Amino acid sequence: MAEIRNYTLNLGPQHPAAHGVLRLILELDGEVVQRADPHIGLLHRGTEKLAESRAFNQNIGFMTRMDYISMMLNEHPYVMAVERLLGIEVPLRAQYIRVMFDEVSRMLNHLFFLGTSGLDLGAMTMFLYTFREREDLFDCYEAVSGARMHTQYFRPGGVYRDLPETMPQYRSSRWSNQKDVDRLNANRQGSLLDFLWDFTERFPANVDEYETLLTDNRIWKQRTVGIGVVTPERALQLGFSGPMLRGSGVAWDLRKKQPYEVYDRLDFDIPVGVTGDCYDRYLVRIEELRQSNRIIRQCIEWLRRNPGPVMVSDRKVAPPSREEMKRDMESLIHHFKLFSEGYVVPEGEVYAAVEHPKGELGVYLMSDGANKPYRFRVRTATFPHLAAMDEMVRGHMLADVVSVVGTIDIVFGEVDR
Amino acid sequence: MNRLGLAERLRNHFEGVGVEFLQDCGQHILVVSRERFLGVARELRDAPDLRFDVLMDLCGVDYLTYGGGGRKGGRFAVVYQMLSIAHNERVRVKVFLDDETPVMDSVVGLWESANWYERETFDLFGILFDGHTDLRRILTDYGFVGHPFRKDFPVVGTVEMRYDAERGRVVYQPVTVEPRAHPPRVIRRDNRYEGEGVGGQR
Repeated sequence: MAEIRNYTLNLGPQHPAAHGVLRLILELDGEVVQRADPHIGLLHRGTEKLAESRAFNQNIGFMTRMDYISMMLNEHPYVMAVERLLGIEVPLRAQYIRVMFDEVSRMLNHLFFLGTSGLDLGAMTMFLYTFREREDLFDCYEAVSGARMHTQYFRPGGVYRDLPETMPQYRSSRWSNQKDVDRLNANRQGSLLDFLWDFTERFPANVDEYETLLTDNRIWKQRTVGIGVVTPERALQLGFSGPMLRGSGVAWDLRKKQPYEVYDRLDFDIPVGVTGDCYDRYLVRIEELRQSNRIIRQCIEWLRRNPGPVMVSDRKVAPPSREEMKRDMESLIHHFKLFSEGYVVPEGEVYAAVEHPKGELGVYLMSDGANKPYRFRVRTATFPHLAAMDEMVRGHMLADVVSVVGTIDIVFGEVDR
Repeated sequence: MNRLGLAERLRNHFEGVGVEFLQDCGQHILVVSRERFLGVARELRDAPDLRFDVLMDLCGVDYLTYGGGGRKGGRFAVVYQMLSIAHNERVRVKVFLDDETPVMDSVVGLWESANWYERETFDLFGILFDGHTDLRRILTDYGFVGHPFRKDFPVVGTVEMRYDAERGRVVYQPVTVEPRAHPPRVIRRDNRYEGEGVGGQR
C-alpha cells in the first residue's frame, strides 16, 4: 500500500483564471482542497505611499488605477474625503453626474464580472456579449473626459466639466465603408445623454440575453450552486461588503443605508441573496445591473431638465476658466497657484466610503495642513474577500477554486494597491 | 431605536477609563491606550447598544513628520474603522504606540477580518501584533528588507532590480533613482480653516 499524502499545487501568478496576478498555494488531498494560501502583492505599487508625495489633485489619477475595471467610481471616495475636509458643498448637477457615472461604472464592473467568470467556467460567449456593451460605456467615458479608462473626471468640488453636447463619431477608413460607419454613428447624433438614454433602452434586453445563457444553464448551475457558501454571521466576521455580503442575505448597501450625493432622491431596489453561494452572488449582480439601469435613467431625466454649474466657484480649490484666466490677473494667480502648488487642506482626518460594485471602498485621509495628504489609506473591498478565500474553498474540488476566484470579482490593482 | 446619540453611548461605556473622545468631520474617534484597548474593543463589539460587528479597516500611521515633525506623543498609531450593521453607525479607534519596535495586541480573535490587515500593517509599518498566529509579510516582495510605509523609508526605495547579462539572471543593486518631490510639501496656515480639525492635535 503506497503512502498517501497531500499534494501542494502552485496556481498562478500567470494563469488565465487567476484574474491578474493571484498566486495560490493549494494543498490538495486528491482533488479536494485542504488549504488555500493566497500570495498577493505582485501588483503592489505603493500607491498609499506615493500619494503622500503628491498634491491632492494629482492623486485622483492614482485612484482610477486601483480597480481598473470600474475606474470612475474609484475617484469618488477620494474626492468626497477631500471635500469633507475642506467643507465644500458640491453643486447638485455635479452630484447627479457623479451618481450617473457611478452607475455606469457599476455596469462596467458587473459586465466584466459576467464576462470573465463566464469565461472561467466555460461559457465563452458571455465574454463577447458583455464586452460589446462595455464598449458603449467606454465611449461615454471618452466623451465626457477624453479617456476611455483612466478618466480623472471627478474633482474635489464637482466634476471636471459639464456633459458634452456631441458624441465622438466613427470615421470611414480603408477597413470600413461609409455604410458601416453610418450604422455605427446612428445613435451618436445627439448629446452624451441621448446616447446613454439609447443604451439604457437596449440594455434590459441585453441582460435578458445574458440570463438566457446562464441563469438556467445546467453547467453554470452545477459550477456555482452550493459553492463557496458563506453564512451571514461569517460574512460579517470576515469583513465582507457589497454583493458578497448581500449574497449571504444581509441587506446592506451604503447607497441606501448611508446615502451620499443624491442616492436618497432616487428610486431603486437592493437585491439580496438567500444561500450565500456563488450562484446567489451572480443573481445579485445581475439584478444590480438592472437597478443601475433604472438609476441612470432617472439621472438622465433630471440632468436634461436642470442645467447649472458642475463645479464650485471657490477659486482656491477649483481652477478658473481659460477665458477668465486670460483677462483677469487674480484668476491667473489662482490658476498658477493651483497647478504649481495645489491647495492646502485643513488639519484633520476623515473616512469616506462609497458602495463600490465589489463592496465598500473607503478612503481614510489624514491631512496635517499641507498641500499633500499626510496619510492616505484605501480600504478596498476585495482585500478581505480574498483573505476569506481559504475558508470558502476548503473542502471543495480544485475546479471550484476558479468559481470562487470569479465570484470574489477580484482585481489586483485593488487588492495590492 | 436608540434614544441616545452615539457620542453619549460611547461616553456611558468608556467615561473614566482613560479613553479620549474626539470628533472630526462629524465622525467619532476614540483614542485608547494599548493596555485598555482589548477591553474597549470587546465592549464595542458585544455591548447591545454599540454592536460594532464589522471591522471595516485596520491600518497603521507613522506620525514622524506630522506637521513638519516634532509632534509629541507616540510615533505610530494603529487605526481601526468599525461599522455597526445593526445600528448603522461607524466609529474609529486609534491606539498610539511609541517604541521603535511597536507592539500591538491582535484582534483576530474578535474580528477575523483583522488577519490580513494586521499582516499588512506589520509588513508596511513594522508593527508587531501580539497573538497573531501567522504574521508574515503580505504585500512586499519575498525577502524584502525594511518597512516601506514608515516616513523614514525613501519613496524611491533602497534597492532596484535589473537583469545582469554576465551572470544571466536578475540581480538586486542599490537604487540609482534620484528622490524628487514635486510640488514641494508646504503647510500654510489658512485663516479660513482656523479652529477646525481634531481636538487635542492642534
